[in-house]
Amino acid sequence: MIGLMAPDEGTVEVEGENFWAASLSRRDEMRRRFGMSFQEGALFDSMNVGENIAFALKRHTRMTPAEVRDRVSECLALVRLEGIEEKKPSELSGGMRRRVGFARAIALKPEILLFDEPTTGLDPITTDALARVMIRLRDRLNPTMVTITHDLKVAFAVAERVALLDAGKIQADLPPAEFEASDDPRVAAFVRGDAGEEAGDRREEVPE
Amino acid sequence: MIPPRREAVSGRGVMAPFEAFGRLALVALEFHGRCVALLGLTIRGLFRRPFDGRAIATQVVRVGVEGLPVVLLTAVFTGAVLALQTYTGFQRFHAEAWVGSVVSLSMLRELAPVLTGLMVAGRSGSAMAAEIGSMRVTEQIDALVALATDPVQYLFVPRVLAGIIVLPMLVVLANAFGILGGYLVAVRLLGANPVVYMENSFQFLDLNDLWSGLIKAAAFGLLITLIGCQQGFDTRGGAEGVGRSTTAAVVLGSLAILVSDFFLTKVLF
Repeated sequence: MIGLMAPDEGTVEVEGENFWAASLSRRDEMRRRFGMSFQEGALFDSMNVGENIAFALKRHTRMTPAEVRDRVSECLALVRLEGIEEKKPSELSGGMRRRVGFARAIALKPEILLFDEPTTGLDPITTDALARVMIRLRDRLNPTMVTITHDLKVAFAVAERVALLDAGKIQADLPPAEFEASDDPRVAAFVRGDAGEEAGDRREEVPE
Repeated sequence: MIPPRREAVSGRGVMAPFEAFGRLALVALEFHGRCVALLGLTIRGLFRRPFDGRAIATQVVRVGVEGLPVVLLTAVFTGAVLALQTYTGFQRFHAEAWVGSVVSLSMLRELAPVLTGLMVAGRSGSAMAAEIGSMRVTEQIDALVALATDPVQYLFVPRVLAGIIVLPMLVVLANAFGILGGYLVAVRLLGANPVVYMENSFQFLDLNDLWSGLIKAAAFGLLITLIGCQQGFDTRGGAEGVGRSTTAAVVLGSLAILVSDFFLTKVLF
């Protein structure tokens, strides 16, 4: 969605503008309006936390070093991790790394925030804490948020609309309450976490 | 990408060697294509803002300053061995007086650039592939793109530029230390006259000998760093993939040096 991979068919539009038809520098301008959080955080491990969050600020704004420092601590405060600017990503726990990833994603005050599997592989408590951070970001910054997750608790807690993507198609796109109560067989099976009787015997198709 | 093997053409018996050759040729062509394409992106990145002087300086220190001990040690012993070997050969027809000339000519024109290149390929080309490869498999390169940063510009430009700048500098020092190694062996071990030996070392040297070595060095610097970065950048398949890229960076980097050395020598004399 943020233009890491060109689509095989169809187009990607950002507020009506065709992303892949645009020039390189135009594409980067569009990307600046996005913030993206990666599955494992994808922090730059050669830099400390502060430098990670300041990366886009230093490259894309004319802020003074003092302004950058203020913005970095502001972002860290938003994800409830005050005062860890000097730490290296390798010194942080999985949950903290994701929060720093969130902080880096919001540094440029994006209008659109993308989360790729923000809670995958974390324990339930950390997951809940991250979901609360996401709600905080949603309410404070008011961006358009798109979250890819297979944790329904997170989806229902954070989202205004929940869509189910299966076999390359959007199968449902509903408000959380309706999604939960849906009688579409695929949605209902997903909500129940039910793979079906013969699932244990089914051969998984290996994607190309 | 290499097209997947189609069962219908997948030959057995007679066809198998041709098919293996064809696949090898495809891999080789793909590698060359990637290198040329990424070189183009690197050159474009060089002229796009922002220009990151500090990143270049960091790479110069990593490739040059930290690589210096290995390069100098290699040069000293190469010069020393060369003096020993030439002496053994030359004394058979009473030409011991020319050992110095052979050592300095060989170091400047051939051995200093090639051996320095090989050492840097092993030290820095591999490190670049491993570092950039790890960044690829942990999505850090995707994160760069998401932060509106051209990854080729951010990662390749400082490294490739550092390679082109540093290699000739290392070679100048390797020249000096190689000649010093030869001098020590000739004067201390073989009893040559120090003044005559030094005179002989420089008597037949031409400025062109130095230049041709330095031009080679700059070319090797480009090849080593470009291949190291390319292998890292195109890493696929987790930790194992990083290992494979690192190996490939050293093997392909070294081969590139040896092959291009021949053609450069042919062109430069």
